[in-house]
Amino acid sequence: MLAGERGPAARTAMRILVETARAMGADRFVEISRAHVDGCLYHGRAGLDFAERLLAEGARVSVPTTLNVGLLDLLHPELVRADPETRRAARRLMEAYVAMGCRPTWTCAPYQLPDARPGLGEQVAWAESNAIVFANSVLGARTERYGDFLDICAAVAGRAPYVGLHTDEGRRARVAFRLEGVPERLLASDVCYPVLGHLVGREAGSRVPAIVGLPPGTAEDRLKALGAAAASSGSVAMFHAVGVTPEAPTLEAATGGAAVPEVAVTPERLRRARDELTTAGGSELAAVSVGTPHASVGELERLAELLDGVRIAPGVGFYVNTSRATLAEAERRGVAEALARAGVRIVTDTCTYLAPVIGEVRGPVMTDSAKWAWYAPGNLGIEVVFGSLEECVRSAALGRVVRDERLWS
Amino acid sequence: MELTGRTLVPGRAAGAAVVLAEPLSFWGGLDPATGRVIDARHPQRGTALGGRVLVMPTGRGSSSSPSVLAEAVRAGTAPAAIVLTEPDPLVALGAIVARELYGTAPPVVVLEPDAHARIPDGAGVEVEAVGGRAAVRVERR
Repeated sequence: MLAGERGPAARTAMRILVETARAMGADRFVEISRAHVDGCLYHGRAGLDFAERLLAEGARVSVPTTLNVGLLDLLHPELVRADPETRRAARRLMEAYVAMGCRPTWTCAPYQLPDARPGLGEQVAWAESNAIVFANSVLGARTERYGDFLDICAAVAGRAPYVGLHTDEGRRARVAFRLEGVPERLLASDVCYPVLGHLVGREAGSRVPAIVGLPPGTAEDRLKALGAAAASSGSVAMFHAVGVTPEAPTLEAATGGAAVPEVAVTPERLRRARDELTTAGGSELAAVSVGTPHASVGELERLAELLDGVRIAPGVGFYVNTSRATLAEAERRGVAEALARAGVRIVTDTCTYLAPVIGEVRGPVMTDSAKWAWYAPGNLGIEVVFGSLEECVRSAALGRVVRDERLWS
Repeated sequence: MELTGRTLVPGRAAGAAVVLAEPLSFWGGLDPATGRVIDARHPQRGTALGGRVLVMPTGRGSSSSPSVLAEAVRAGTAPAAIVLTEPDPLVALGAIVARELYGTAPPVVVLEPDAHARIPDGAGVEVEAVGGRAAVRVERR
């Protein structure tokens, strides 16, 4: 490929892969069966220069490839408040990736698309930190932390550096988190999982953690929230939940039998982790944003249930991010209509912590996503309050932040 | 004083050291328009990195960081060189692609953690990363 027998784009892709593989300490490549690309999100001219250079060289992906969010909501273009020049560049970038043969899925949760889910042991090259941690942890597929540029190079070349989480050795847990005295009612609440993920990410850094004490059969949406949080506060790209995730029937299986340091997760530490996710004191609520990572159909249904009979206070924006595929399913089930009736604005193809959707607000924005709470203050220059979905809905109805401390006392 | 490390991205550069105590994700952490740290949670928010030798433990692994580094190179606000204590492929990738697109990029090197601690903030630093081995020369003050 370096000699150019598959064309100039494959040669460029392979050259970048070889140099990056060296920096990663890899001495060979592994063939991949799928890719997920996040280079389609516009961050400035450089990303567009790169995509258009590859396209001009004739790049085509050689494996099935899904696309992460872009800067625009192509289905609801009025929602994103970008200047015309940025809008044009963001659209050109999204179109360049589609022209290279990627599927216009525009979602950070490709694992929610039935035909895009890799299986146990499948070697893939996925970008987007929450998708990476989900693929490795929940599905047992194998991907390193790919990102802008390398994702499309791997998709074009059909291979990735054989290192880190592609290998058995790289997937072993190096630290264990043991839940101690965490009450059943907290473990039975959705809000526990992003908070736990935030704490795990803070402590684990880039190590693979094993978590001991999660209920067997913990739902995918909860593992998604946990992983997304751990990949935000830390650079966790894989976790094991003992008795839950496929490579961790036991702690010994997760660690490969090695002794690892242990961290106790107590209710007190969880409460502190929850508090870290809030930057504002209680006051007038400006908006609510949920669905980061993109909401599943089940999460949209749950939101519609909670909003049934509720009136969102005037002046409070309520946003939920999801994929266009999930929206189509929600439309079939009548859920999208119920949400719209309640005053919820459904955002697709992008996300409210990346794209200028919410705009300038007075007062804090509330979210049930630890990932959103982690990034939004820096990205959007806003104050954030983290709470459960129930707290978000109750606060939206009252127009001010209300929290239920009982779960945490 | 000369410190020895490993080359992630080759090149030669010099500048005043800017030492970050905590890792920085370029995405959400570096404004490519100004070259300053914008991460609200980073203790050194507001610090200017452009043209300086950035010394930090590692990037924080955001998969969008390579774009931001490449964009900073294009905009002329990127660090002159990057000195890490843990290899970070995403930092390396941003530099590799910037060189591919614009013909220039900061060299990226990795030092042992103890060597890293011997670079004082503001000291003149010269990075020579040629082949696998990297030399980081720190001016005596």
